[in-house]
Amino acid sequence: MKKSIKYLIAFLTIGWTGSAYAQNAEMADTFRSEGKIYVVVAIILIVLTGLIVYLFLLDRRINKLEQVVARKKQTKAEGKSF
Amino acid sequence: MAFDMKNWLKILAVVILFYVHTAGLLADVPRLNILNETIRALYFHVPMWFGMISLFSLSVYHAVRYLLNPALDQDHRSVEYANVGVVFGILGTITGMIWANYAWGSPWHGDPKQNYSAIAMLIYLAYFVLRGSIENNEQKARLSAVYNIFAYAAMIPLIFILPRLQDSLHPGSGGNPGFNVYDLDNRMRTIFYSAVVGWFLIGFWIATLRIRFKLLEETNLDLDEKVY
Repeated sequence: MKKSIKYLIAFLTIGWTGSAYAQNAEMADTFRSEGKIYVVVAIILIVLTGLIVYLFLLDRRINKLEQVVARKKQTKAEGKSF
Repeated sequence: MAFDMKNWLKILAVVILFYVHTAGLLADVPRLNILNETIRALYFHVPMWFGMISLFSLSVYHAVRYLLNPALDQDHRSVEYANVGVVFGILGTITGMIWANYAWGSPWHGDPKQNYSAIAMLIYLAYFVLRGSIENNEQKARLSAVYNIFAYAAMIPLIFILPRLQDSLHPGSGGNPGFNVYDLDNRMRTIFYSAVVGWFLIGFWIATLRIRFKLLEETNLDLDEKVY
């Protein structure tokens, strides 16, 4: 297990640094070297987290409603059989 | 019957998207002219289209199942997958327009890929117009299931075939850099395919929520009916 996680991390982070690309087009290198890219990453991750949490809460609400409706259905069915 | 998405799949989707949004901005990408840093749009713009196509495929699958065996819950699934698919398509179009404005000089450049994907979107929007115009639920389900098959059959050539028959400035077309074997390097591939899977799972999740909500509405109506 531990080994497979290690391999997974290695696989996912292949080539994050040490570029060997031939074409030398202009990139946001200064922006990156100043570390400001991490600000952008943080902002995006927070927005993403917020939306995902919202989705989980929505999921939970529907779950609860499903239980209520199922109970209602059951009591109704029992009432009918009498 | 409860219709649910496994919790581990939801967690997986979240983990994948966190990975994509971090690595997508931090990891190395090929240094190509014209594209420059916007090559990273591959991780965010293209998965929208992949998500749309997968969701439309699920939609047409349930449309066919409805026609084989008319049960309204198949219709609910079909319409909700199409619904989320359209949202993905709109996001794909808008993100593409932002990029086109930067790279091509105008948001709507009339590129084959833009035009044909817009036509495909309109065909799917007509699906919802059709549904909105029919009162009877069974009729609505049956007619829109038939239309869904036509829409899907039109979408596939519009997205996959027609743009390839013409010159396009879109990355990956003709000699333009982008999605092809020489440029889409293995390092980009990992993040790109992760993004496709992650966004599809999120789209699928939202669709299941909408389907469950629709089933609840229906059960609620049934319960009310029996009272009177």
